[in-house]
Amino acid sequence: MARSIVQEFTKGLWAEIPPFRLVLGLCPVLAVTKSVENGIGMGVATTFVLVCSNVLVSSLRKVIPAKVRIACYIVIIATFVTVVELVMQAFAYPLFLKLGIFIPLIVVNCIVLGRSEAFASKNGIFRSLLDGLGIGIGFTLSLSALAAVRELLGTGDLTIWETPIQIFGPTFQPFSFMVEAPGAFVALGLMLCLMNLVGKK
Amino acid sequence: MREMIKMLIVLTVLATLSGGLLAAIRDNTKDRIENQVLEFVKGPAIRSILQGATNDPIVDRFQLKAGDIEHTFFVGVFDGEPRAVTFETSGKGYGGDVGLMVGIDTKDDKLVGVGVTTHGETPGMGAKAKTDPSFVSQFKGLSLKDPLKVTGDGGSINAISGATITSRAVCSAATDATELYEKLKPQLTEKLKEFKK
Repeated sequence: MARSIVQEFTKGLWAEIPPFRLVLGLCPVLAVTKSVENGIGMGVATTFVLVCSNVLVSSLRKVIPAKVRIACYIVIIATFVTVVELVMQAFAYPLFLKLGIFIPLIVVNCIVLGRSEAFASKNGIFRSLLDGLGIGIGFTLSLSALAAVRELLGTGDLTIWETPIQIFGPTFQPFSFMVEAPGAFVALGLMLCLMNLVGKK
Repeated sequence: MREMIKMLIVLTVLATLSGGLLAAIRDNTKDRIENQVLEFVKGPAIRSILQGATNDPIVDRFQLKAGDIEHTFFVGVFDGEPRAVTFETSGKGYGGDVGLMVGIDTKDDKLVGVGVTTHGETPGMGAKAKTDPSFVSQFKGLSLKDPLKVTGDGGSINAISGATITSRAVCSAATDATELYEKLKPQLTEKLKEFKK
């Protein structure tokens, strides 16, 4: 099972890409992917928490007693999530208004706790950093991809830096159900299917 | 036993460090967050009410106490004279409190305008109080002595069709605002002089 350092990073981008391969952390995946901006914002916030908590858990792995390890991980993760929440409120308030409750909910995102428990508590600091970064970027990419599909079909536009760009032109009739909750399930299902088709040997 | 003590120490130290770090970050971001909230939640309403003011009403603000509650007042300077104040009150709507920013001209005791800030009303019905400017614009220029009520209750405001409860909430918030204004008027005019440029 020994992986090279490069593989430690790249596995999060394809082989273990969180929502599609591991099918973890679906709550934010389904909820915030109404627009590409939200998806990227959520992805970056999660990546920050993932990298920081992975590094800290890994460096404290010999100090933390096994019986209270989950409690310790949650304290660490919750701290970083609150940091993200405060910083986002102070510097990106409109994004904070859109993501709302899903920022504090990163605490219970099973990708973050899962990486701490399954990886960072057993590996060195540098490997944990790469693992967190890889999984985080993979998560951001999946969120943006799903959000792009939903936004494009649901509104006909892609919004970048708060300026909508019309892709299909003004005559396009948007499938507005794609930006509603059921559209999230349908789009995720189709993308999972596509990933499995491509990954099949 | 030793393990117990270790568990206690590790968790206590972690929680303490975490608390300290968060307190430090909170202290450093508090003012910025307050400004951002004012800018994005209350800012649009304030700016549309005080259209044409030569100052930045969000920067020129002060606080006054009425009873135990502290209210924030935003000042509008027109032609070099700080004559308008806006502040927020709320009324009971269909889906919780409806926050209303009310602007009053202190020279002739008239409403400069009102604007809804936060609400939980039904989209397409009560939410029109915020999105449809023709409803709130009815308040513009009314005297504080006029009854701020919907037409059915003996006032002059045409309610949003299908959203009487929301319309009443806005009216009651506006009435509360005039009462608060009358109560605080001496202190308000005193404070306003400080903003003269």
